[in-house]
Amino acid sequence: MHELSIAQNIISACEAEAAKHNSKSITKIVLRIGEFTGVVKEALDFAFDISKQNTTAAEADIEYEIIPLRTHCKSCNETFSDTKEFNFYCPKCGGVLEIKSGRELEIKYIDIN
Amino acid sequence: MHVIDMNTQILHANEQVAEENKSFFKKHGIFTANLMSAPGAGKTTLLEQTINKIKDRFKVAVIEGDLQTNIDADRIKALGVPSHQIVTGTVCHLDARMVHNVLHDFDLHGINLLFIENVGNLVCPAEFNLGEDIKVMVFSAVEGAEKPKKYPIMFHEANVVVINKIDLVPYSGVSLEELERNVKEVNPNVTIFPVSCRTGEGIDAWIEWLLDKIKK
Repeated sequence: MHELSIAQNIISACEAEAAKHNSKSITKIVLRIGEFTGVVKEALDFAFDISKQNTTAAEADIEYEIIPLRTHCKSCNETFSDTKEFNFYCPKCGGVLEIKSGRELEIKYIDIN
Repeated sequence: MHVIDMNTQILHANEQVAEENKSFFKKHGIFTANLMSAPGAGKTTLLEQTINKIKDRFKVAVIEGDLQTNIDADRIKALGVPSHQIVTGTVCHLDARMVHNVLHDFDLHGINLLFIENVGNLVCPAEFNLGEDIKVMVFSAVEGAEKPKKYPIMFHEANVVVINKIDLVPYSGVSLEELERNVKEVNPNVTIFPVSCRTGEGIDAWIEWLLDKIKK
């Protein structure tokens, strides 16, 4: 349940940003969450509902952009968007795949009043 | 109503503190290893075995993380090595701030090797850097050969995977070969050491690897 820590991190970062703009109400928080992270959307929703109480984000909706796991092979320069069963060996040449996207845990933007 | 672009890392605050920890360790010449595993894989037993073999050559200290009790810190103290217990209460992982807070009241003067034993958990600790030099994952063979595929992130983040309890493999029906193959697929760059903390098999190879990392 590290989603609780993550939700608290999100809310404190958003509150700090909203305060810079003299806002007392955050209405929406949009996140970019990579497919290859330990974050479960349902668990984060639940953690967020608990964490936002009595904050300026109390009424905020949370939205997710899920970023797919994409890999690149340094040996044959091929890019893959379907890394099967988390196998990080290149299906074409057997080289080692490096992650291009899918590890994101980011706040993209917020809507404030 | 208006939109404010943030493009901020959610764990930015943790990363910042982790960087501070890293600078602190570097400045004081302390090599730091973050040990992660599921509960009961054998992190503390691996530490006991390792510490017993190197404590005449290194000044070792240990930070222990658990939801409850001082049992692990007491086990380490019994070896004559300083240890500090972090009791997290309900938090399922250590974060950089918890480690940072310990650095204020845990005397690391003269220490050159610090082990941080994370809370037993196969998921959460993988997302939180502590400022360590290496991530060590301990996995007991009897947990099953498919686990690297089910819980890939910690395996992917580790620099080394110590596969413990290989003495139990003949009784468990687990294929060590399949397990090692799955670990390698999730993390082709990782180094694997099959060991038994009970019989001592494989421990020397792991220690040799660790000492080589410390030298570098």
